[in-house]
Amino acid sequence: MDISFKNVTYTYQPNTPFEHRAIHDLSFTIKSGSFVAIVGHTGSGKSTLIQHLNGLLRPTEGQVKIGDYTLSADKKVKDIKELRSKVGVVFQYPEHQLFEETIAKDIAFGPENFGVGEEEVKKRVHETIHAVQLSEQLLDRSPFDLSGGQMRRVAIAGVLAMEPQVLVLDEPTAGLDPRGQQDIMNMFYQLHHQKGLTTILVTHSMEDALKYADHVIIMDHGTKYMEGKPTEVFQRKRELEKVQLDVPEIVQFLFGVEKQLGISIAYRGQTIAELATELVEELRSRNL
Amino acid sequence: MNHALIIGQYVPSNSVIHRLDPRTKIAIIFFFVIFVFFANTLTSYAVLTLFAVGTAVATKIKLPYILKGLTPVWFLIVFTFVLHLVVTKEGEVLFRILSYPIYSGAVEQGIAISLRFFLLILVTSLLTLTTTPIEITDAIETLLNPLKKIKFPVHELALMMSISLRFIPTLMQETEKISKAQASRGVDFRTGPMKDRIQAIVPLLVPLFVSAFKRAEELAMAMEARGYQGGEGRTKLRELRIEKIDILAFITFGIVLIGLFLTRA
Repeated sequence: MDISFKNVTYTYQPNTPFEHRAIHDLSFTIKSGSFVAIVGHTGSGKSTLIQHLNGLLRPTEGQVKIGDYTLSADKKVKDIKELRSKVGVVFQYPEHQLFEETIAKDIAFGPENFGVGEEEVKKRVHETIHAVQLSEQLLDRSPFDLSGGQMRRVAIAGVLAMEPQVLVLDEPTAGLDPRGQQDIMNMFYQLHHQKGLTTILVTHSMEDALKYADHVIIMDHGTKYMEGKPTEVFQRKRELEKVQLDVPEIVQFLFGVEKQLGISIAYRGQTIAELATELVEELRSRNL
Repeated sequence: MNHALIIGQYVPSNSVIHRLDPRTKIAIIFFFVIFVFFANTLTSYAVLTLFAVGTAVATKIKLPYILKGLTPVWFLIVFTFVLHLVVTKEGEVLFRILSYPIYSGAVEQGIAISLRFFLLILVTSLLTLTTTPIEITDAIETLLNPLKKIKFPVHELALMMSISLRFIPTLMQETEKISKAQASRGVDFRTGPMKDRIQAIVPLLVPLFVSAFKRAEELAMAMEARGYQGGEGRTKLRELRIEKIDILAFITFGIVLIGLFLTRA
């Protein structure tokens, strides 16, 4: 499903002393099947943005299009439930949404609400528990017996079991240990390709944005600051620093190489090993 | 977020009313609430209304906002008025609505009672609009201090109050967050048959309770880690002190009361 924002503004609690404009005049498009990272400082409007994607919020001004669904201030979407079944949102700290007696029931909760048949739900529960790399033996246990990282996986399984076409991830790795962070991100990346999802990742991590995304949107003060391919966007160090964002380590390193050794290597998404060979060759050719 | 209800909502500002000592505000409101029931003539009501509206203006909070915030209570006020029109049968028959007689006493009483109601709620909501919850509990703690003599746990009570007040916004945020997450999983809180809507509360309440208990445990641990041990010998960061404006406030209120007693029949 293609997603587009056209001059979207959203104001919290309008006409009160607490009026607060979270996003304004925001426009962009996301192509179906792409992996998009939305990056920005705290308070730049990222969380407000993603709540428009499944109709939790309706824009105060402007228009949001998700596939055939249009959200705007003046008219309500009739089949909002259908939209929500197609756009799965993994919120920050999703483990806080667990409530059922058993893990199986919690994973089944979403699909059941959307009217998926009993047999199909069962099948999906088993599929998704594998997808999040947890053992099937856990299915009859209470989700509250698990560790924090495992609870997170169960909550994610609950969203995946809805089999959405668009997957929205709001800092899915916050608060996990480094190993867990990598596992979870790799899992999402795999699913993205396997199921042909459109994935929207909200993150603070430039590394993740660089590694997984094929399009980056940088947000600042409620509006779009920059947009483009990650390799291009992350070259613009000055502009990023202006909105208190760093460039990824690998790009940082290449800037250092250029400054110290005068060797300039363009970053095109090489791995560390590839970069090392390139650097060695470059150094050899100068007889150093 | 709750847009309608503002009772209990603090609106930061630097108005005279904001700067008053919370004890002054509580004391004046306490007596105002009592003396509202002493008014019995048109002018005496006017005096009290003038005081209440004057105070509301002095808070520098926009008046329409305050009045809009009383929306849930407007219903009660109107309801009381209508009830009086229907039930009270004193004085002369003023006019008839569909041959139902409306008495002059009913109109008078209806207006008087709803006005009382309105004044009470307006003035008490001004307290929470202009005073932070912490100030209110501090004030209550000092005002209740004499009860310590009969071994009443004043400090503990105040602590309990400030903790619960402190966590109201947190729990509200939490509720909103969880309900959004569950709505994304297809829960419908707003439409559908009653039975379904009641069931929709479960996925909201369970996580809410879980997180509330977790928070309570964490808070207890943090307090113990910092050596908290109750009221004995504990000093305060913000000492409450009666200043010149408080005395002025009391004098103003005194004049209003004198005005009230001169004008009542």
